[in-house]
Amino acid sequence: MKTENQKAWFFVLPVLLLVAFNALIPMMTVVNYSVQETFGDNVFFWQGLDWFQQILRSERFHAALGRQFLFTFLILIIEVPLGIAIALSMPRKGLWVPVCLVLMALPMLIPWNVVGAMWNIFTLPDIGLLGYFLNHVLGINYDMTQDPLAAWVTIITMDVWHWTSLVVLLSYAGLVSIPDAYYQAAKIDGASNWSVFRFIQLPKMKTVLTIAILLRFMDSFNIYTEPFVLTGGGPGNSTTMLSIDLVKIALGQFDLGPAAAMSLIYFAITLLVSWLFYTLMTKDDLN
Amino acid sequence: MQKRSIVPIIYILFLMLPIYWLVAMSFKTTNEILAGFSLFPQTFTLENYKVIFTDPSWYWGYINSIAYVTINTVISITVALPAAYAFSRYRFLGDKQLFFWLLTNRMAPAAVFALPFFQLYSAVELFDTYWAVALAHCLFNIPLSVWILEGFMGGVPKELDETAFVDGYSFPRFFATIFIPSIKAGVGVAAFFCFMFSWVELLLAKTLTAVAAKPIAATMTKTASSAGYELGLLAAAGTLTIIPGAIVIYFVRNYIAKGFAMGRV
Amino acid sequence: MAKITLSKLRHSYFPNPKSPSDYALKEIDLDWSDGGAYALLGPSGCGKSTLLNIISGLLVPSEGQILFDGQDVTKLPPDQRNIAQVFQFPVIYDTMSVYDNLAFPLRNRGRDENTVRERVMAIAEMLEVTDMLDQKAAGLSPDNKQKISMGRGLVREDVNVVMFDEPLTVIDPHLKWKLRSKLKELHQRVKATMIYVTHDQTEALTFADQVVVMQLGEVVQIGTPIELFERPAHTFVGHFIGSPGMNILPCTLLNGAARFADHNIALEGPIHGEALGKTEIGIRPEFVSLSDQGLPAVVTKVSDVGRHIVVECEANGTRISAVVEGRAPEKGTAVHLSFRQDMTRLYIDGWLASTPETSLEAAE
Repeated sequence: MKTENQKAWFFVLPVLLLVAFNALIPMMTVVNYSVQETFGDNVFFWQGLDWFQQILRSERFHAALGRQFLFTFLILIIEVPLGIAIALSMPRKGLWVPVCLVLMALPMLIPWNVVGAMWNIFTLPDIGLLGYFLNHVLGINYDMTQDPLAAWVTIITMDVWHWTSLVVLLSYAGLVSIPDAYYQAAKIDGASNWSVFRFIQLPKMKTVLTIAILLRFMDSFNIYTEPFVLTGGGPGNSTTMLSIDLVKIALGQFDLGPAAAMSLIYFAITLLVSWLFYTLMTKDDLN
Repeated sequence: MQKRSIVPIIYILFLMLPIYWLVAMSFKTTNEILAGFSLFPQTFTLENYKVIFTDPSWYWGYINSIAYVTINTVISITVALPAAYAFSRYRFLGDKQLFFWLLTNRMAPAAVFALPFFQLYSAVELFDTYWAVALAHCLFNIPLSVWILEGFMGGVPKELDETAFVDGYSFPRFFATIFIPSIKAGVGVAAFFCFMFSWVELLLAKTLTAVAAKPIAATMTKTASSAGYELGLLAAAGTLTIIPGAIVIYFVRNYIAKGFAMGRV
Repeated sequence: MAKITLSKLRHSYFPNPKSPSDYALKEIDLDWSDGGAYALLGPSGCGKSTLLNIISGLLVPSEGQILFDGQDVTKLPPDQRNIAQVFQFPVIYDTMSVYDNLAFPLRNRGRDENTVRERVMAIAEMLEVTDMLDQKAAGLSPDNKQKISMGRGLVREDVNVVMFDEPLTVIDPHLKWKLRSKLKELHQRVKATMIYVTHDQTEALTFADQVVVMQLGEVVQIGTPIELFERPAHTFVGHFIGSPGMNILPCTLLNGAARFADHNIALEGPIHGEALGKTEIGIRPEFVSLSDQGLPAVVTKVSDVGRHIVVECEANGTRISAVVEGRAPEKGTAVHLSFRQDMTRLYIDGWLASTPETSLEAAE
């Protein structure tokens, strides 16, 4: 058991200071902007909650939020089952397990704009490998700069390429931690493959899957660089996610007030949904 | 077993295809790229790499990136170690709330912080230095390190500490010579993830730098603006950004699967 | 319920074993009768778990056969052998209730819910877990978890053999004896053949009617607990069973008599076999006593273990322990040791080589 010791605060202090410097001061700036109006020259006027109302009512925000939820929903229902399936079909020991893991982790270590650029090159209609293959071998008319559907398919595929390995690695970590005795007992009890998955593998993967789903939710909900480089949010606004929209307003149009209000709403939604996920996935443990 | 291993093989092929295309393109001349489709480089050239290694504005990008990533990793691990120890060994006022608050910072969209960070780091006159990016990345890397290290430390029996204190070790000496070596796998994994998330992040890195500390990933955008769209050069620069990650992951290959599994939810 | 026969069983984890040391299990021939309680006893790495896995079907032996009631099951998978196994660490299905855990093997075999209910209730009552049936299995204490995993084995009415692989390893010491006597009681009630694997002699000797002692992949002796104690067939058994283990004294043979430290030691009877290898005298500490005459020795250590006192002596550079009731001499005292003749054995190359006088007479 842990001992009560208030001096432990000294151990936490450096972390607290560094994170607070990075989190609290900018957050205060954001809150400050969100309730004021400025016309430049550092002159601010009290605005109250107007910006919040404006953002919450704005169709542009609703559309971006909708796209954001759709994107996150799609990548979660693709990446999570796919990642589990791949982890299940991996051998549990052997010489090429580390090789597999290293190759699988590689996409996660590529800078995000390079990921975007790479997929851009990969999908160019006439000179990219995938683009050429689709257009000239399969004869599908594919050009994501023109077709919103093609842009969505490409962004989703890119994210699956980029992040499924995270689910694989985590699920795999959960799987290898299951002692052999469980599989042997299941065999003796005459359990089917499905039962083994449902009653042994899935429960043992639950902790790591909770982490995987939370991380995938947070990161996909905050996605910016990859789609920005790949599609620039287009064609039209069809792939403009929340972050892209936010940066457009804040740095593009320099509308600090609305951008700050949007930031806070955005952050609150991320927190709320993460908390919901977390509570739902761990509620069984409580009783 | 044999039949099942087809799934990971297909998946790995899918992962390798875009990377292959990037690498293949980096060895092509701009003319060849624009002339049309070719599966392999027809006229193999190292010209793109030569440009990068001879032009300071290119290779400084790499040096800058590696510099701030290294500083960030060192800071994150150094401050996370004692904090993780406190969380794993002691109860104190507000410990749970603090732990949760740290994790919420992992959830903050970088875009939310872009502008305030620019103003904050300009105000403290760190703008366009390695320190700005290194400190800014602490926002998400410190919580992650604390989280991973706390998981690993939880696996070390408390008796280890007690025995050491009975044997007359002072706390700093115990921590440095006994405790840290016993969780070195965890330190490796945490350092790996710090490296990874700092290396791949661009939005904050780009916002906080202009010239002197500009990261390589941001340098790449200049291929678009100068003479047309130099795809070969872009591909070569991209290929080079994969290498540090590949090297780092090679060192922790036996621990990556364990890394997150040790963390608590 | 079934009789189990192991015939010319050998196993190696290498695909092409060459030397005998490549075998994790050297040739084994065994017969276990229906309804018996058996123990496989040996230090870790002696091959007892390998043997267990071969019987349960988790492992296919390199050579030889396993027969259940004369039927060859060597190649059958575990679920078709009708066996049950309890593992070192309790295996329970965390997300299920205790009831569902116990019902799991029956449901997998398509039994109807009425039969399932009847069996589960019967087993639960036997294990005294009836009041926990609705609980989630994940929240149970280790000993209750182990009970449930035992119950999953016993719940099937057609079980041929129940195997226990060091089942008490993670159980608290004060609960160990409780669970152990529960096991013994269960054996008497369900009359299933049970095989208990352990490295703990107390567990093996209290549970089993017959104990199989293994060392380095080889069966060294099969016998009742008393036989193992009184007439170890190998110095290893003598050493491994008993606390303290058997005294082993290197000796020379002269005209059919054993000599140790210039003393003639009287053996239980004549020596059989050729005395070509290493010769040793074996005598249990329980049968060594301190007396006025006999082998001179010096007391080196005296330890009171409760019921009796263990006196460790040294004679001619060899340590000899004696179990003494009542008062023991001080450390450093010169004493004389005498050995009970009918309990003094001779071992050649580790194997028992003396025959008791009486049995020889009986044979004639």
